[in-house]
Amino acid sequence: MSADNEQEVELLAVHSRTDVEQVFHYSAGRYLNRFLTEMRDNAKIVGVKCPKCGIVYAPPKEICDPCYAEMTEPVEVGPEGTIRNFTILRAPFVDPETGQAKPVPYAFGNVELDGAGSLIQNYLLTDDDSKIKVGARVKIEFHEKRTGNMRDIKGFRLLD
Amino acid sequence: MGKRAAIIGTGQTYCKSIRRDVNGQELINEAVTRALQDAELTIDDIDGVVIGNMDHFEGINYVDCWSIDGSGGYMKPTMKLCTGGTTGTTLGIGGYHMVASGMFDKLLVIGWEKNSESDTTGAIVTATDPILDRGVMAGALAGLAIEASEYAAAYGATSKDAARVSVRDRKHACNNPYAHLRKEVTIEEVLSSPVISDPLRLLDMCPRTDGACAVIYANEDVAEKLCPQPAWVVGTSNRHCYSRFADIKGQTGMLSLTTAAKELWAKTGVKEPLKEIDVMEMYQPYSWGGLIWFEDMGFCKKGEGPKYIWDGVTDMGGECPVNPSGGVISTNPIGATGLIRCAEIAGQIMGKAGDRQVPDVELALATGFGGCFWSDMILYSKNKPA
Repeated sequence: MSADNEQEVELLAVHSRTDVEQVFHYSAGRYLNRFLTEMRDNAKIVGVKCPKCGIVYAPPKEICDPCYAEMTEPVEVGPEGTIRNFTILRAPFVDPETGQAKPVPYAFGNVELDGAGSLIQNYLLTDDDSKIKVGARVKIEFHEKRTGNMRDIKGFRLLD
Repeated sequence: MGKRAAIIGTGQTYCKSIRRDVNGQELINEAVTRALQDAELTIDDIDGVVIGNMDHFEGINYVDCWSIDGSGGYMKPTMKLCTGGTTGTTLGIGGYHMVASGMFDKLLVIGWEKNSESDTTGAIVTATDPILDRGVMAGALAGLAIEASEYAAAYGATSKDAARVSVRDRKHACNNPYAHLRKEVTIEEVLSSPVISDPLRLLDMCPRTDGACAVIYANEDVAEKLCPQPAWVVGTSNRHCYSRFADIKGQTGMLSLTTAAKELWAKTGVKEPLKEIDVMEMYQPYSWGGLIWFEDMGFCKKGEGPKYIWDGVTDMGGECPVNPSGGVISTNPIGATGLIRCAEIAGQIMGKAGDRQVPDVELALATGFGGCFWSDMILYSKNKPA
């Protein structure tokens, strides 16, 4: 069959939508369990330190990727940090977590909290987008009501 | 060491944003039919099939089973490979491994995508960590934007430098009948297109495309009998590093790619990539990648990418033309995109690249990009490796 006759026939598409809500239940795991609990109960960011290279991962995880070493030593980091990279997202798209359109535009970036060696990703909060730069200083802000979820973090407020 | 192996035939579909005229199986078969024709083989000559796409785009999970009619895999050994954006080059590497093992003589390798069938960014977000990375992350677009922000801050490259890469690729695409976007753009048009994720503008980015690609690999027992000029694999490398986007730290360069390049050059004896590689098809989904990743592979020093791009080194007629096909900025059916790089390079080596042919190609590179900044590289040659 030739594709060249596309203009001549009506081309049908069958639309599928998930009318039945399909919910996933992801185990936080041992490391994120402590991380999320500390954040919820004490508004603290607690990472974990690699015994071989000394990098502190916040959020924590079991294994340091380059060293393939098990990490056990908890280390509190932040609450201030430095923007390492960022963007201001303006293109609309659907949030697969909610099925709703994302409220663009919004600024987000990866921040190296003081004492951490990995980055943490979240919204960048400011009234003046021109302040958002690689190297700018920020402080983490939490929501008043926290449930043990990354969404407990409101974002990183730009410091002057 | 295994057997030497080569691509002996390729087939691509024509590409557009919505190929409403075909379903997935028909699209796949369009590429398969052309690859078999190109290699002057029939499906009966094929020993096995490997197929890949990014299954969350179409929401069809058992693609290897579902597509068996279109792929020609009925009652043949068939399997699926999927590694996200790198799917196409993983197919190129995995297919090579299978024929080089000697267990398959002639293998059909297929990459495809009907990107139009779902929300691309929403689907890509499901590839990231469900607890940590989905709250604010926005798929490939935002991941690339943050890389550009870091590179610009470190080396002072500008949006205008990046725009020159889009101008190059879109110009090249005009020579490629299979390209999706076949219209030249100017620096001014790129710089005045809407900002979609700072600093990226619409014309810095790849489109979403419906399309498919198939290649046929053969090993040294049969390749030269079946094909007057096989595209021999000289070496491959690939690296995965991070599982979380936020762990991609302070890189100002793509760690997986610098490491993969180092390995590939060491394995194949390439000392000066810019001088020795005759043409490259780069998985470069956004303009800034044409600066950053060109440097990361050692084609020039860090920070010097813009100078080389402005000097025309990577244009058609330059020292090392990049993306004669128009590249990913012009055509991006994601699961096929990496395999199109391999097919285009094979076409260059076979002398079948038509209006986009680079003269006297002996050594040529295909690359793949995907996931949390993962990298694949495949070096092909006109000459059978020693």
